[in-house]
Amino acid sequence: MLSFYLEAPAVAAPGLDGWANAKPVLAEETAYQPAPLPNYVPQILPPTAQRRGSQSTLLAIQAAQESLGTTEIAPTKLASIFTSSIGDPEIVDRLCSALADPQPMVSPTQFHNSVHNAPAGYWSIATDSLESTSSLAAGDASFAAGLLSAAVQCQAESRSLLLVAYDLPFEAPLDATRQLSAPFATSMVVTPSASRQTQLRCTLEINAISAPASRMADAKLEQLRVGNPAARALPLLQQLASPTDEETLTFDYLPDCQLQLKCKPC
Amino acid sequence: MDPLQITAYTTVSAAGDGKEALQSALLEGKGGLQPNDFGHAPLDTWIGRVADLENRPLDEGDRQFECRNNRLALMALQQDGFLTAVESLKSRVDPTRIGLFLGTSTSGILSTEQAYLELRKSGRWPAGYHFKGSHDLFSATHFVRMKLGLKGPAFSISTACSSSAKVFCDAHRFISTGLCDAAIVGGVDTLCLTTLFGFNSLELVSRQPCRPFDQNRDGISIGEAAGFMVLEKNSMTGSGVALLGYGESSDAYHISTPRPDGAGARLAMEQALNRAELTVDEIDYINLHGTATPNNDRAEANSINRLFPSSTPCSSTKGWTGHTLGAAGITESIIACLAIEAGFIPGTLNTQSPDATLGLNIQRSIATEPVTRVLSNSFGFGGSNCSLLFGQTSC
Repeated sequence: MLSFYLEAPAVAAPGLDGWANAKPVLAEETAYQPAPLPNYVPQILPPTAQRRGSQSTLLAIQAAQESLGTTEIAPTKLASIFTSSIGDPEIVDRLCSALADPQPMVSPTQFHNSVHNAPAGYWSIATDSLESTSSLAAGDASFAAGLLSAAVQCQAESRSLLLVAYDLPFEAPLDATRQLSAPFATSMVVTPSASRQTQLRCTLEINAISAPASRMADAKLEQLRVGNPAARALPLLQQLASPTDEETLTFDYLPDCQLQLKCKPC
Repeated sequence: MDPLQITAYTTVSAAGDGKEALQSALLEGKGGLQPNDFGHAPLDTWIGRVADLENRPLDEGDRQFECRNNRLALMALQQDGFLTAVESLKSRVDPTRIGLFLGTSTSGILSTEQAYLELRKSGRWPAGYHFKGSHDLFSATHFVRMKLGLKGPAFSISTACSSSAKVFCDAHRFISTGLCDAAIVGGVDTLCLTTLFGFNSLELVSRQPCRPFDQNRDGISIGEAAGFMVLEKNSMTGSGVALLGYGESSDAYHISTPRPDGAGARLAMEQALNRAELTVDEIDYINLHGTATPNNDRAEANSINRLFPSSTPCSSTKGWTGHTLGAAGITESIIACLAIEAGFIPGTLNTQSPDATLGLNIQRSIATEPVTRVLSNSFGFGGSNCSLLFGQTSC
C-alpha cells in the first residue's frame, strides 16, 4: 500500500477554467456549463515557447503553472510526471500529412515538439529545474498510471512530485480512429508528508477488479470524464474540491486490475 | 540502493537477432548499418534496419496489434529463450506482482504514416488500420503484457531517447515499495518517416554511417531495436549482473539541443553512482549515449570530464545498431551486461580519429579484459537524462 498527500489541484478544461472556477462546480454548488477553452498562453513559459509551443504543451503547462502558484514547494525541488494517452494530436496530423507528400518535408519545430515529453521538457526549461521528469502513457488509464507512478516515486524516494495529466481530441481525419470529447488537463502535487497546503491524505492500492470506476453524479461531467483519459481524474478533483469525511475512489487501470484510492481530508 | 538481479534478457537490432549475435558483432567489429532504403522517398543516409520484418506478420489472433513496432517486439520476445524464462519467472513470482515498463519514442506511428498515404490515394483508411493497437503509445506494452500473461502494473514511458533507460528506474521503485517482486523492462522503436525526416529537418542525420566522438562526426544513423530484461530482487539465478544504480535529471535548456555544460547529464551520473555507493574510480567502462552529432557528443564529454578521470574507458556502440531512439536505453543496457558477462570493452565502430578536444578515453577497438561495473548513458530530446549502473554480483 502506498501513502501520500495531495495539494495544489489545478484544472484546465471546458467549463472548468482554473481551480477557482472549477471548485464550486465540482463541489456541486453551481451547475457545470461547458464553455470553449480560452487560448492558453502560460506566462511561466519563455516567450519563444509561448509562441511556438504545441497545443498539448500550452494546455499541460497551464495546469502545471496553476499548481505551482499554490504549492509552497519550489519547482527546483519537484520531480514531475506528465501523463497523456495521445500526446499532441495536431502535430501527429501535420507530420503524417507532410510525410504523405511525394517529397516529404517536416518542420523542425513540429518534429521536436512531437516528442511525448515536450511538455515535460518545456516545464523543466520554464522552471529552470534539473529535477527528473517522466512522461507516461497507458491509453484510457493514463491518469491512473500517472497517479500510481507518482505515488510510487513519492514513497520510494521520499520526494514531492508534480503530476500533470492532459489529453486533447483528434480532429479530422484522425478523429475517425480515436475519439476524445474535449480537451482536459489537470495537475496536482504529491508529497510524502503533510504541509500547510495539504488537502487530502491518501492511500493507494492495486486490486483485482471488484467495483465499477467512480463516476461523476452530474451527467455532463460524467460525459467529460469518460470522453478524455485525463478527465478520469474528475472524481479525485471532486474530493479535492469538496472533501467528504473519508472516501474510497476506484479508477479503472488494466483489464485485470484497478486502483483503489482512499482519501481523507487534512 | 538494493541491487536488482538481471535474470534474463533478449535483444534484436540491426546488429543481430539475439544476444549471441549482438556479442559476436561487437567482438568481430561487424556493424549492422546499411544505405537507407526505407519508405517511398528514401533520404540519403544510413540506417540500422532489422531484416525481413515486413514478412513477419502477427498471428491472426493478434491482428488488432499489427504494426512494425509490435512485430519487432514479438521477434525480440522469441529470442534468447526469453519466453521460457518468463514462464519460469511466473512459476516463482505471482504474475500480479510482476511489473511491465516499456519505453518507446514513436510507437507504431509508421502505421498512421502509411494510413495517410492510403487515405490520400483512395480516400479511405486502409483495412486493418487500428490506432489503438499500433500508433497508441501504450500499444506495445499492452501487446507484450498479453503475450507474456502478466497481471501486474504496466505503462509505457515515452521520453524520446531516454525512454527505455528510465523504465529501470520505475522498475526499481515499484519493487522497493513492495508493489512488485519482479519487473520486465524494455523498449521497442522502429523505423518510420517521422524520425528519418524529422531528424533530417534538424540537420542531425549523417550521410555516412555514424562516427561517434570522431573529429569529423556529422550526425546520427537511425536504427530500430527491441529488447527486454527480467529484473528480480533476491534472485540467485541468472546472468550474474545486477542493476546497481540509476539517476534521472533534466537539462532545463532546450527541447532538441543538449545543455552545453552537461550539468544535467552529470547530475544523472552522480545519482547513479550515489545510489550504487560507488566512486568514479570503480567504473570500468562508460557506454556513452554517443549519438555522433557534434553537439551531443561535446555536451556528453563535458558532463563526463567534470566527474570521471580522463582514463575511464568510454565507447559508443551506435555504429553497430544505429541510434535506436526509444530502444537505445535497453539495447545499450544489454551491451553493458554482455561486456560484464563476457569480459570486454566494446569499441566505437566507424570512428577513425577520436576528437581530442573532447578529452575522453575513447576506445576505438575492442579490448578483452575483465569488466566489473559499467555506466550506461541515455539522453533524450526535452533534456531528459538517465544513467544506469550495472555490475557483477558477488553471488
